[in-house]
Amino acid sequence: MYRTFGPTNIWRELDRMQRDMNSLFNEYAPARLRSAPGYPAINIWRNDDGLFLHAEMPGIRVEDIEININANELTLTGQRSMDELPEGAVYLRRERNFGKFSRSIQLPFAVNVDKVQASFKDGVLNIALPKAEAEKPKKIAIKS
Amino acid sequence: MAEKNKSMEVQKQEEIQVDGTERMRARATFIPRSDIYETEESFFVTVDIPGVNEKNIDITLEKNTLTISAMSSHDAPEGYLRSFAEFQAGDYERSFRLSDKIDRDRIEAVYTDGVLKLTLPKAEEAKAKKISVKTG
Repeated sequence: MYRTFGPTNIWRELDRMQRDMNSLFNEYAPARLRSAPGYPAINIWRNDDGLFLHAEMPGIRVEDIEININANELTLTGQRSMDELPEGAVYLRRERNFGKFSRSIQLPFAVNVDKVQASFKDGVLNIALPKAEAEKPKKIAIKS
Repeated sequence: MAEKNKSMEVQKQEEIQVDGTERMRARATFIPRSDIYETEESFFVTVDIPGVNEKNIDITLEKNTLTISAMSSHDAPEGYLRSFAEFQAGDYERSFRLSDKIDRDRIEAVYTDGVLKLTLPKAEEAKAKKISVKTG
């Protein structure tokens, strides 16, 4: 509780309430960038036919990535191995991380597992996930 | 609560404008993570810049400052809406000051899988010379 000097200004109070509500909702708004809860950072593009998933994974060899799909869940597992250093090399600066990672993502709908395609270019993994046939809306004819 | 796996951090660090000058492009600028190591023969600088076409990488060496700048682009699929985003396309920029003399004609740069690796060979006179001690 805080003191206000002078009479309470209703409009200022309403503005403040609106700002507080906005900041509360901003945490859940999908359009805003969120901090990733795990490696790698992921972007998902979506339309009625399916999903595209992009993951930023520089410096990882394709054979070190594993993608597992089951029904509505996609799991990315892998590891980034350390660079091989020549003999007698001394690190002056070390900022890049290495290690194992694993991340599971809940998909908003079931995907057609047989038609999933993945490609890796310039350190970005692209996965195309078409929607499963059963999930697509069907037109229903009206019998008269 | 399950423990977070902290071995791999993901957040890209955004550049902070220090001197008030702004970039001309209105895109986020990131400071790419780099490793630097040296051997007797050369320096090696490894920079993480995913999503960049190698034509969009600029490396310049002026006096003793090495500047790496790149522009990333993400192929947004046609007709799709972004529904979840944890990273964005932007520019990468980072400068390093190099202390020893570098042989500029022999600098090499290789870009694979989102990682730019620079090899900066040391100039002959900068290599450590062994001085033999004579007994007198």
